[in-house]
Amino acid sequence: MATLAPEKTMTDLPARTITLSVYRGDAARGEEVPYDVPVTPGMVVLDAIHWIQANLAPDLAARWNCKAARCGSCSAEINGRPALMCKTRLDAYYGEEPVHVRPMRTFPIIKDLVTDVSWNFEKAREIPPFHPRTPAPFTMYQRDVNRPQEFRKCIECFLCQDVCHVLRNHDLKHAYSGPRFMIKIAELEMHPMDDADRVPYAREDAGVGFCNITKCCQEVCPEEIHITDNAIIPMKERVADRYFDPIRAIFRKK
Amino acid sequence: MAEEKHTYDIVVIGAGGAGLRAAIAAAQDGLKVAVLSKSLLGKAHTVMAEGGAAASLGNVDPEDSWRVHFTDTVRAAKFMNNWRTAQIFAQEAPERIIELEQWGAVFDRTPAGKINQRAFGAHSYRRLAHVGDRTGLEIIRTLQYKGIHTGIDVFMEFTGVTLLKDSHGERVTGILGYHRNTGAFALFEAKAIILASGGWGKVFKVTSNSWECTGEGAAMAYRAGAELMDMEMVQFHPTGMVWPPGVRGLLVTESVRGEGGFLYNSEGERFMLRYDPVRKELSSRDIVARSIYKEVQAGRGTPHGGAWLDISHKDAGFIRRKLPNMYDQYKNLADIDITKEKFEVAPTIHYTMGGVRAEPETAATNVPGLFVAGESACGLHGANRLGGNSLTDLLVFGRRAGEAARQYVAGVERPGDVDEAEVARVEEKTLSYLKPEGGENPYELHATLQDVMGTYAGIARSGEGLKEGLGKIKELQERAKAMGVKGGREFNPGWHAVNEVNAMLTLSEAIFRSAIERKESRGAHWRTDFPDYDDELGRTNFITQIGKDGEMTLSRRAVPKMPDDLLSMFSPSDAGWPFGGKKDGGTDHGHAGA
Repeated sequence: MATLAPEKTMTDLPARTITLSVYRGDAARGEEVPYDVPVTPGMVVLDAIHWIQANLAPDLAARWNCKAARCGSCSAEINGRPALMCKTRLDAYYGEEPVHVRPMRTFPIIKDLVTDVSWNFEKAREIPPFHPRTPAPFTMYQRDVNRPQEFRKCIECFLCQDVCHVLRNHDLKHAYSGPRFMIKIAELEMHPMDDADRVPYAREDAGVGFCNITKCCQEVCPEEIHITDNAIIPMKERVADRYFDPIRAIFRKK
Repeated sequence: MAEEKHTYDIVVIGAGGAGLRAAIAAAQDGLKVAVLSKSLLGKAHTVMAEGGAAASLGNVDPEDSWRVHFTDTVRAAKFMNNWRTAQIFAQEAPERIIELEQWGAVFDRTPAGKINQRAFGAHSYRRLAHVGDRTGLEIIRTLQYKGIHTGIDVFMEFTGVTLLKDSHGERVTGILGYHRNTGAFALFEAKAIILASGGWGKVFKVTSNSWECTGEGAAMAYRAGAELMDMEMVQFHPTGMVWPPGVRGLLVTESVRGEGGFLYNSEGERFMLRYDPVRKELSSRDIVARSIYKEVQAGRGTPHGGAWLDISHKDAGFIRRKLPNMYDQYKNLADIDITKEKFEVAPTIHYTMGGVRAEPETAATNVPGLFVAGESACGLHGANRLGGNSLTDLLVFGRRAGEAARQYVAGVERPGDVDEAEVARVEEKTLSYLKPEGGENPYELHATLQDVMGTYAGIARSGEGLKEGLGKIKELQERAKAMGVKGGREFNPGWHAVNEVNAMLTLSEAIFRSAIERKESRGAHWRTDFPDYDDELGRTNFITQIGKDGEMTLSRRAVPKMPDDLLSMFSPSDAGWPFGGKKDGGTDHGHAGA
């Protein structure tokens, strides 16, 4: 048995309140509204939103399911940083109050903190699905599945899509599918048993070339997936090998 | 009349593992299939399943077989489940897992390159196919991406309000609900409906369950005449987080014990050696949960009223690889490094074993045209569900429900008529809760309900307490009539909560009524005033159903008798054996001991 831990694992903080400034409004108009919320130890931003709903504003719209960082529903921008509300502790903001809570900026607002993320589900449908070259069960070794498994940790919170400046600042949703779907494409391409070819799709439809490797997406990923390093750059390389390799080009043109 | 009307062959309510698997099975032969999902696609409570999916693949322990999985499941259920359901389940489990691999799931591997399998509570062999501690995510994502390429229509963020029946009041002909974004009503006419709407663990405060687990689906089925069975059987997972308060109840996967973690009381004693010397920490969930409870009651609890769980004797790299989410969860939310220190855990509500009674072969309910699968169904788990059996349950019976609904609609020419007057009445009623002046606060009623359930229907129950609790539920049902929420119809969570609270109050009443009648202790149901097994009750399922006057009725139904060739795999000395001829009185380390 381990050595005895301290009697309490987190300091019992004295009662205090924290002010949250929460965006209220719809697609047409809106503004931040301040709410004073009593804080208990270990409280996260989502707890504060629930407290506001239960006590001050029952119609405050917010998405959430698991409150355990598994489902990726409660994405928002907290003091300007894209984050899961269930994983963001209020005590991290002591001294920086009020805590601004706003909806993801890259997607149209439906109401308050809820945005219309349906575009992501349309993109998901476009990707050529898994196509196994033999019937399961497969023989695959752990070292060969580590990489697709890394990408399959994705909880589809769309924070990477939110922070991606191609989508956020340049609104190129028609041209670039965003980091979430770059890792989906890479995951399928790197699956040891898949024999479909998504390289043309990655280049022409999903627009992998639009990414200029600022790595903002992997900084906000709550699952710490190496989106740029392990998925986007290798996909760019596959596209380059296919389309821009001079030796291959000779064979293509013959 | 609803603002919007759709016509489908089959409508699936719920987009968790069971709903998606059912939809994939149903969407064949050109049938039109819709899936209604309360949240976004891929967010259902299935994502929170951590440990794995049980199936006797035999990849790690070749001596495993469906028979052993079957007997493990029935023993854990304390003989109260449907034997045929359990048999189908154990037999079909391996092919359902392999099918997921065919659809792109990437399970952890054995050194030989096969799907790896881990040990879990009360499974005789290493049996759980898994991906670290995020198996549920793997399964829902696989089904989600398979589903969107199978030609099903998914209606996201849609809440069902009522099931509609034909003018004879016999078969189900549709469902009325509303889009959460707009509050606009939509009517779905269908030849068959598959209910896969999950459990109702949110009736309790300390729970591992998602926001969504509020039971509207089962409550709708109940109001449509479906039989609810064994509602008193609610599973306490032995290990939920205890501290800090914001995360109380959050699940600590059984894999921590499966991978070698030990439980200690405040005196440093590994107490499971006393309660179950054979299976120890990997005893069944009812027994481990009750043992922790008893240690706390005896004054040997941790500072915040739980037990210590410790896996720090294992290599730090091993822990982070096998339990990455647990490592993050404790580090981020509780400032604890589980590779270095022990941590507090206590029982948390995890699963509702009771639910809408399902036929073993077809997943049909007693209401024509209505099928049920997953946690909202009842038949497989009896008095206690084995860890890892739920994910496989979704797959086996989700598929069976989809197949059976497909066969059923082949004999139905067109959707039956829908009672327009009923549609208008339900719409008016639903809108009546939007009140500029407000009313009874649904959030407050929900919190009060949770207190009542925790106080009177928790891990230790007594007849007196249960009756008092039922009285309080009836009071809450009266108060609920005056619920009112300010604001409009557009994405108004307070208004959404009204529907949820009404459903939870109905299901809570069923829990109390069944728990009062089960005057014995069996599996998850522990009566301090009836601490022993009762053979006759062990052969009895309790059915709650809506009566002609709208009041809830309770009746008894004999547990289907197992054929002798299957029964011969068990022994009268098995805990909870209800068929007489006991050799040693059928003692159970879980109920005995102090």
